Amino acid sequence: MTALLEVEDLRVAYGKIEAVKGISFSVDAGQVVTLIGTNGAGKTTTLRTLSGLLKPIGGRILFEGKPLANIPAHKIVALGLAHSPEGRHIFPRLTITENLLLGAYLRNDKAGIEKDIQRAYDLFPILGERRKQAAGTLSGGEQQMLAMGRALMSQPKLLMLDEPSMGLSPIMMQKIMETIVELKASGTTILLVEQNAQAALSLADQGHVMEIGKIVLSGTGADLLHDESVRKAYLGED
Amino acid sequence: MHELPQQLANGLILGAMYGLIAIGYTMVYGIIQLINFAHGEIFMIGGFGALTVYLWMPAGSNLLAIVPLMIIGGVICSVAISVAAERFAYRPLRTAPRLAPLITAIGLSLALQQAIWKWYPNATKDRPFPQFKGEAFDVFGAHIQRGDLFVLIAAPVCMIALGLFVSKTRSGRGMQATSQDPDTAKLMGINTDRIIVMAFAIGAAFAAVAAVAYGLKNGQIGFKMGFIMGLKAFTAAVLGGIGNIYGAMLGGVVLGVAESLATGYMSDVPGMDLFGGGAWKDVWAFVLLIVVLLLRPQGLLGERVADRA
Repeated sequence: MTALLEVEDLRVAYGKIEAVKGISFSVDAGQVVTLIGTNGAGKTTTLRTLSGLLKPIGGRILFEGKPLANIPAHKIVALGLAHSPEGRHIFPRLTITENLLLGAYLRNDKAGIEKDIQRAYDLFPILGERRKQAAGTLSGGEQQMLAMGRALMSQPKLLMLDEPSMGLSPIMMQKIMETIVELKASGTTILLVEQNAQAALSLADQGHVMEIGKIVLSGTGADLLHDESVRKAYLGED
Repeated sequence: MHELPQQLANGLILGAMYGLIAIGYTMVYGIIQLINFAHGEIFMIGGFGALTVYLWMPAGSNLLAIVPLMIIGGVICSVAISVAAERFAYRPLRTAPRLAPLITAIGLSLALQQAIWKWYPNATKDRPFPQFKGEAFDVFGAHIQRGDLFVLIAAPVCMIALGLFVSKTRSGRGMQATSQDPDTAKLMGINTDRIIVMAFAIGAAFAAVAAVAYGLKNGQIGFKMGFIMGLKAFTAAVLGGIGNIYGAMLGGVVLGVAESLATGYMSDVPGMDLFGGGAWKDVWAFVLLIVVLLLRPQGLLGERVADRA
């Protein structure tokens, strides 16, 4: 079976500073794969490169076997790759419904879009209650739900979530993580970037630990969760 | 000419023109944070496009019948020049420091003025623009010339159409998304380059409509007409809150009415008799701008920059 996403020796730089220094990993259909690591490890840079917002200086990205380099960001979505960015980036002055509709920007099936908006409301009932409200008035957790719901509106083959738990209360974080488990159960393939290593590893099939632009350790979620060095570095144990 | 209804009507007519031009400044600024100083010349070129169509028509044609054709001619010229400017002058500078496109815009503004001056037949002096003949209408004690009626109809029609486009259509939503967060807009699959072209094109089309209104009102157009009108319209856009389309129209009307009232009444204010009359109206327009910016830096309908997350 070929991987849905294959990243080979990917290198990305901001000017002369290399932020991602040759990483390789793959995501199979139906899997949840997580990249963990501290601030500045290059996780967000990796996702932004996969979705076309940044151009790599080297390496290959294959999505369903097709190379993604040189495809502009707005065309990558059409291939089935959705990106819920770090910091949520909902459109603050548009309503919740309008935000969701933007997630379906490239779709033309009106009935299907209606159905998926309803599905987003079922997944996150609070969004349904506030559908006419400007998204900027939502709490951080609610905005995160909206960002995830919006990314799902494109019916992606691969959903990339960047720090979905950032800045959330423990209860809200719990809710977001439960949603990821639900999405996984329904067959969604997910590439999850997280600083909360404990939460991410406990639901991931595969995990990769990034440190200053490189993958330093890879394994199944369970393996990494029990790895001595990971526990020391990321789970705050001595 | 001291009657209040007349002054208000004059202000409204002028303000509607400012507002139509201001839309172009505000839409482009709202999306790429560029003050397109060549927009006044895009307005001017719309006037010459409309005049050209008029001159093609057989003598003695009914003006009412050919005004729509003049609008189309003006719109085509303005949009073509504006879209070309975006593509060849501004787009290559999209990631350059902000000063570079700004200076480019000023240079483009001069170049367009000079091009008309040099190559449009007899454009070194003002050229006459067709006029509607006939009695003025009497509305609540104000005389409204037939030609002035044009902008009073065109401005609300354009605004309603734009409002519906922005809020109800997919491209309109894409436009709002691009102005709020361009990178995330790309993640939605929005071709932001196309949205930017669309913003330039809509602004240019509105400016061309304003130019037809200007010609019908003043009876002449000239290669320099874009300078002061552009400056006033830019002021209107800032006054209303730059980036906000309704603010642009509101700012235009407020500015037009304020100018008109200052012209008519300032000389009645004790001690201010030196500063009334038409010669001082531009001064009062900019005084108003300064006062509004002191009290409300984001403009009448603008949002604080901090809200732009």
